[in-house]
Amino acid sequence: MLAEFLQFLFSGITVGAIYALVALGFSIIYNASHVINFAQGEFVMIGGMATVFMMAGGLPLPAAMLVAVAIAVCAGLALERFAVGQSRGASVVTLIIITIGASIFLRGLASVVWDRNFHTLPSFSGDEPIRLAGATLTPQSLWVLGVTLVVAVLLFWFFTRTLMGKAMLATAHNRLAAQLVGINTRFVLMLSFGLAAALGAIGGILITPIAPTYFEGGVMLGLKGFSAAIVGGLGHGLGAIVGGLIVGIAEAMGAGYISSAYKDAFAFVLILLVLFFMPSGLFGVRGTERV
Amino acid sequence: MAVTEKDAGTEALKRGARRTALLSPRYAGVGALILVIIVLQFFFTNNFHYDVAIKIGLSAIVCVGLNLLIGYAGQISLGHAGFFGLGAYSSAILTDSYGWPPLASLFAGLVLVGVLSFVLARPILRLKGHYLAMATLGMGIIISIVLNQEVDLTGGPDGMPVPAFSLFGWSPNSEPAWYWLVSGVLVVTVWLSLNLIDSSIGRALRAVHGSEVAAETVGVDTTRYKVLIFVVSALFASLAGSLFAHYTGFLTPVVAEFFTSIQFVIMVVFGGMASVFGSVVGAAVLTALPEFLTVLHDYEHLVFGLLLMLTMIFMSKGLLPSLIILIRRRLP
Amino acid sequence: MTMKISRRGLALGVAAAAVLGFASAGAKAETIKVGSFLAVTGPAAFLGDPEKKTLELYVEKINKDGGILGKQVELIVYDVQHVADKARTAAKRLIEQDKVDFIIGGSTTGTTMAVVPLVEKAEIPFISLGGASVIVQPVKKWVFKTPHTDRMAVEKVYTDMKKEGISKVGLIAGSGGFDKSCLKNAKDLAGPHGMDIVASETYGKGDTDMTPQLTKIKSANPQGVLFCGFGAPAVTVTKNYRQLGIAAPLYHNHGSGSKKFVQGAGKAAEGVRLPAAALLVADQLPGADPQRQPALDYQAAYRERYGEDISTFGGHALDALMLMKAAMEKAGTTDKAKVRAELETTKNFIGVDGIFNMTTEDHMGLDLASFKMVEVRNGDWKFLY
Repeated sequence: MLAEFLQFLFSGITVGAIYALVALGFSIIYNASHVINFAQGEFVMIGGMATVFMMAGGLPLPAAMLVAVAIAVCAGLALERFAVGQSRGASVVTLIIITIGASIFLRGLASVVWDRNFHTLPSFSGDEPIRLAGATLTPQSLWVLGVTLVVAVLLFWFFTRTLMGKAMLATAHNRLAAQLVGINTRFVLMLSFGLAAALGAIGGILITPIAPTYFEGGVMLGLKGFSAAIVGGLGHGLGAIVGGLIVGIAEAMGAGYISSAYKDAFAFVLILLVLFFMPSGLFGVRGTERV
Repeated sequence: MAVTEKDAGTEALKRGARRTALLSPRYAGVGALILVIIVLQFFFTNNFHYDVAIKIGLSAIVCVGLNLLIGYAGQISLGHAGFFGLGAYSSAILTDSYGWPPLASLFAGLVLVGVLSFVLARPILRLKGHYLAMATLGMGIIISIVLNQEVDLTGGPDGMPVPAFSLFGWSPNSEPAWYWLVSGVLVVTVWLSLNLIDSSIGRALRAVHGSEVAAETVGVDTTRYKVLIFVVSALFASLAGSLFAHYTGFLTPVVAEFFTSIQFVIMVVFGGMASVFGSVVGAAVLTALPEFLTVLHDYEHLVFGLLLMLTMIFMSKGLLPSLIILIRRRLP
Repeated sequence: MTMKISRRGLALGVAAAAVLGFASAGAKAETIKVGSFLAVTGPAAFLGDPEKKTLELYVEKINKDGGILGKQVELIVYDVQHVADKARTAAKRLIEQDKVDFIIGGSTTGTTMAVVPLVEKAEIPFISLGGASVIVQPVKKWVFKTPHTDRMAVEKVYTDMKKEGISKVGLIAGSGGFDKSCLKNAKDLAGPHGMDIVASETYGKGDTDMTPQLTKIKSANPQGVLFCGFGAPAVTVTKNYRQLGIAAPLYHNHGSGSKKFVQGAGKAAEGVRLPAAALLVADQLPGADPQRQPALDYQAAYRERYGEDISTFGGHALDALMLMKAAMEKAGTTDKAKVRAELETTKNFIGVDGIFNMTTEDHMGLDLASFKMVEVRNGDWKFLY
């Protein structure tokens, strides 16, 4: 019984960690621009696909990963520079549709530049499962968890200890005030898209050895990441991570104890319940509406 | 979605003023729509053309309703394909498996969707902005999962056949007949929506869009109006779904999928938020465009995404309002 | 007043533009038009992509060799994803606007079934690439199909299981049409084949980890497990299966009949058994096997052009195209009724899927023997029987 529970839990936190990375990307961009970036899942796809094709081109895995993250960051910056940033004053909904257009465009581009097949990467440290109280964990899962943890700590340090990070938080809080104290909010916006793209790409690289990627492989991960960001409280870093883990664990437990056919529905019911009782997510602050 | 309170208020007021100026000749707008419907049909040389037009009409019915919610009441929904799907499957299941007459099935679908949306509306519409988007998204996904998994009822992802539609003994058994039927329903939908917007409900809605707190302060029961519009838009989607099921004669759960919901929202925003005719234009352009883009083969989706982005970047108010502003500037 | 005019003008402009664009390019005389609608993108792209590539490659080849009946073949492909109503629109376009002579397509059962009434009404011969038996049972006059039914795949697996002394079976399937159809057949056929389903689990779209489902299956102690699905999840399920150390043999359905699966799952794929078309193991077939050469040729041509291995699905498209060619040549005309009649009387047609023998009762024409049982060994397919 315990072994089964542990197995469900391992599955939940591994998948949840990936959702958390995607959710962090959503939150960072939301903070800077109030936009929900529907192309976030495509960054995940680009991370995986670019690594695969860089390796096929002869690069060793670590170099391929770096190049892949760089490609995703370029895509993120381009999205800000040429699309979202061009639409100052447009309504938030319009901006969201732009990001949906970008996601369709990026998928189309990936299918043309690369291909429509699915691809996988070798596990970073082999496939020999680690046994723990009757349950098993792959070394790749440990990579996923470890990297997510490191990323979370780095982000925390960045946002609380560096001037740039504080400038980003300030911009999120009040753009006008931030501008008045001399923060280059335009740069903050660029940085957010770059950072979010990098996070997505890292998630994509980490998951590809477990679940193969293809040009449309980012769609569902993006959707789950969005859900995670919302449950945790949009724009809240810790919330994104907790949200990711909640969605991941809910799916795994739903599949394990309720019904695998309805596990996704179970996860969404849980999200709805959270929102009914906490309308701004777990960590979100309920803002008072100004008239 | 997540309309930031401050600027939205003035924005909505400005938009409201502009709109009343534009749409005051309500008859003219509807007249123009009827004219287009009649004239367009002379250009159709085969059933494929009719087919695209019928699909435009069906999407437009959903989008006009959805625009009431998004554009006028300022409440996002990423789950309307769920209502569309429920309407479609109510018609399909009741006519195919239980032998109900199509019209009765259609109304049963409306009742189901009406009750469901009414029950869901209050808890869901308490949420704001992106949280509301998430809740509607979750609702839509849950509906699509049920339709997908209940194979015995819906046939699952392989789909199920739907018997022909009939209306008091008359059955639209050809594409042109469907074209007139769907067009008629669309015109009625547009007419109802225009009237709704011009009524006291419409004014209350615009106040809700502007600032809920302000609206409440001056005595507008915001929740009641939001719920009303949510239900109305859900009913439009259900109606279109039922017609869609009978028209295509074969139904798969794709109709209720998340991406179908997104498509409806794209059509609304693309055509122009808070513009009833904008929704019709949005549905028309985005339904017809992919048919033209097929000549691009593998580049089809890439170009579609690009066009969508460019339009929204350069016409951020949506196609129709932007064009109207453009034309106005040219004319004295 | 100005507004009214502009709005109307605008609408008319849109209408005019629409009509201009829709106007069909004047049909070139003396070509044979083959229309196709496939799931080139979307969740079923794994099926549609090789189908499209195969059709394009072989239409080119046919044209280079002088075409059919001396006429060049023009291929029109529309991407309809897995969406039934897009398939209907595409079919109407093919029938009414492009005025095609023949239709091949419908990567999925849903898209196929949605257009069946249209081709029946328009009386155009149509070969589907969809899996489910419902496509040709009951027989529809104008509808044929080349893939083995998923029912046959399950029967083949159960036969092999019985041989291995397996009677307690666990099932794991995806949420798509292909997956669910396989699952349904696996449940329906369990009784007649003396199988006992001890666990049946589903995974969702885009899932990246199936250990919870497999853990449940493991605890039900099955003697064998059947996976119903295709694409990326096939790899994930197989890797998770090994991770959990489940001892029971793992079977896949024919959806995994692609080298991509073997490469993706790597070591985890070792020992996986599945029913597959002969083309996967063409080089291992006895020299006398009539299917050997066509399959080898296909593999070589496809590799040369696209730099990747063939899959079962591309093979369905190849057989459909070649069946059409044969029927037209035998009929000596592209007259639809005559081509259909020839198609229905196809005898001993050697395709890469198997040997086709169509009758008025059987519009697929393959028997269980055309499925070969293969096992993954040392990173390649091993032909068993």
